[in-house]
Amino acid sequence: MTTHDDDTEVGTTGHNWDGIQELNNPLPRWWLWTLYATIAWGVVYTVLFPAWPLVSGATSGLLGWSTRGAVAEEIAAVEAAQSDLRADLVATELTALPADAALHGFAVQAGASLFANNCAQCHGAGAAGSVGYPNLLDDDWLWGGQIGQIAATIRHGIRNSEDPDAHYSEMPAFGDILTGAEIDTLVGHLRLLSTGADPLAGPGGQLFSDNCAACHGTDARGDPEIGAPDLGDAIWLYGRDTAALTRTIRQARFGVMPAWGARLGEADVRALAAYVHQLGGGEATGAE
Amino acid sequence: MTNPTPSLYAARLPIFPRRVSGYFRRLKWALMFVMLGIYYVTPWLRWNRGPDMPDQAVLIDMANRRFYFFMIEIWPHEFYFVAGMLVMAGLALFLFTAALGRVWCGYACPQTVWTDLFILVERWIEGDRNARVRLHQAPWDAHKWRLRITKWLAWLVIGLLTGGAWVFYFTDAPGLLADLATFSAPPVAWITIAILTATTFVFGGFMREQVCIYMCPWPRIQAAMMDEDTLTVAYRDWRGEPRGKGLRRRAAAAGADVTVRAAGPQIGKRSPVIPMPGRPSGLTAPAPSQVKGDCIDCNACVNVCPMGIDIRDGQQMACITCALCIDACDEVMQKTGQPRGLIDYIALSDAPKEAAGEPPRSVWRHVLRVRNLVYAVLWTGIGLALVFALFLRPMVEMTVAPVRNPTHVTLADGTIRNAYEVRVRNKRGEDRTFDLSLDQDGLRITVEGSAGDRIAVPADAQAQVRVYVDAPAGSAFATNARGDLRLWVTDPATGERAVVDTNFTGEDWK
Repeated sequence: MTTHDDDTEVGTTGHNWDGIQELNNPLPRWWLWTLYATIAWGVVYTVLFPAWPLVSGATSGLLGWSTRGAVAEEIAAVEAAQSDLRADLVATELTALPADAALHGFAVQAGASLFANNCAQCHGAGAAGSVGYPNLLDDDWLWGGQIGQIAATIRHGIRNSEDPDAHYSEMPAFGDILTGAEIDTLVGHLRLLSTGADPLAGPGGQLFSDNCAACHGTDARGDPEIGAPDLGDAIWLYGRDTAALTRTIRQARFGVMPAWGARLGEADVRALAAYVHQLGGGEATGAE
Repeated sequence: MTNPTPSLYAARLPIFPRRVSGYFRRLKWALMFVMLGIYYVTPWLRWNRGPDMPDQAVLIDMANRRFYFFMIEIWPHEFYFVAGMLVMAGLALFLFTAALGRVWCGYACPQTVWTDLFILVERWIEGDRNARVRLHQAPWDAHKWRLRITKWLAWLVIGLLTGGAWVFYFTDAPGLLADLATFSAPPVAWITIAILTATTFVFGGFMREQVCIYMCPWPRIQAAMMDEDTLTVAYRDWRGEPRGKGLRRRAAAAGADVTVRAAGPQIGKRSPVIPMPGRPSGLTAPAPSQVKGDCIDCNACVNVCPMGIDIRDGQQMACITCALCIDACDEVMQKTGQPRGLIDYIALSDAPKEAAGEPPRSVWRHVLRVRNLVYAVLWTGIGLALVFALFLRPMVEMTVAPVRNPTHVTLADGTIRNAYEVRVRNKRGEDRTFDLSLDQDGLRITVEGSAGDRIAVPADAQAQVRVYVDAPAGSAFATNARGDLRLWVTDPATGERAVVDTNFTGEDWK
């Protein structure tokens, strides 16, 4: 097939496009060397690193390197790099944390990650909560919204059986105590409280005073010490409509939260508290 | 002639370029001096940007994601400036290649400049062409070893300086030099210097023309950018042929060969026969003649060529148009009393004119053609646009991303709150505090973590804060599904401000 090009004294491949011939120039020899070099490199590489498939698994390589080991190394390096910050986080007074910009920034970043892993399942990825699961973005707190109170709630949880220090409160099921008509009256009365009505006025006020004020207060503003919700604000954990309120009073409803102190450790609890506290509704220490 | 058995691989033939002097050699020395000077000196230039900012005039600060060029500072989101400059570089390449052929390859390409420098050093140590050829053929005795090792060491020093200069562009140069001197520089600096030293040493010392011929894509692209009006280095074969030597071979070949090749205007013999529609061939096949042309076949053009080619073979991929053969030939023409320019910058379209005895068109007629003007206009337009954009850049910028999970929050007193992730860029070299405000009465704006509406942004940095906008219960914003909102960020000291339009989500179920 090859023919010869008179001008260049090099053979052609015989390919010819409209008079343009393809010369059959030899490759430079160093190009061949680079091929051999890559082959040699490949052999060395597959000996040093995990490569050749076997019946179960693969050759492990002389260097003992593995992707899993690399990840473990990275995690260990991050933990080592953060150990000082985490020690500081545990040592620092929680109330002083927001003033320490560097440490607070670290705590909020760590808390955001912890929240997504541990809290978002109930409270939502945006911390907006749901029916029965408190919204952490607002300024209404069942068990207190100061950073120390938030940390205590996270550490011990609510109404769980695993931590003796868990917050505990239980509203009676008034379906057994009040008549249906009384409950209807009470529900109608409660629905007016958000609009600024006097909690003790009228027949509903009498029922409220007799049955509810002991925990929720005569002003209906609740008490974070015992987890009694504020009934005078615009926030209703289980809804404000008649059906939801009737069911709440008849059956009594309350949620459970695990104690995270033993699961996560103090540094993570504090990081979570710092994160939740800066979501918009955190209360300044000594506000109450 | 029978076909030789084609060899699959060929060893590199060593090239020993002879020293040459002349106009283009002087131009290339000057250009080399300027370009190497720019390369080595630039990282050491200082530029005062204030106490908190780096004072290196040209700095590619990867770690902090900034690019500094004298008074210009580029943030990552302004990378379009770099993209624009790359577009300009591309257009400049089109322009120069269309006008002057592979002038980049011949004068400005780092491979050419450093190879030139390496050959200069080689010549100082081992002598000019003839001495180097003798040394190449000589056995490996003490003398040869001494010269070779001296040369390699000199090359290594150049390579080391090349790689060493490179790293200074990426961090504070005096600081890094001190670190390098005390062996406390980061590994990436050493590795970069080592790689660049090795590539400079190998590419400049041993690969040379192999890089241009086999590794670089540019020679293969250039043909598409040149046309018959492009000025490029060529041999006036109608003037030089038949050469003073080798007349018999020429006479034997001419009868069969030349008529075919006269199908289109061309310079030299090897370029493919390109049909040129609408352009009658001015070439006539010269009859085999015993009258000598101007070329005395002294091979001066071949001996000075750093690519080891013969320009008299015509346009070829290996030619980087360094123009040294022009200098070499001019010298010989002067000695033999012939006019200069047997090898010269020639436009392909002039070849048939000159061969027919007509005067060529002027250089400016070739350069100032529509194609080149379009390139120049595009280049200038993009350049002006970039300059305008550069000076219109604000020194404070803001982006606002409404939080959508959840869209709004009801507070205890019935207030409806919307949250926004606000990023404020302070592009000045000092710390600044900005006032945040909005254009709607009745709404309250607060910055998370502060009681007020101020955002502190460190010098030359971006701050991200969460901002709350509260609409009182029952207000229009609180009860409408959507309200339009405009946020302002203002520097009370300078009055500079940025504005972003966003919206407010209310509770529309009531």
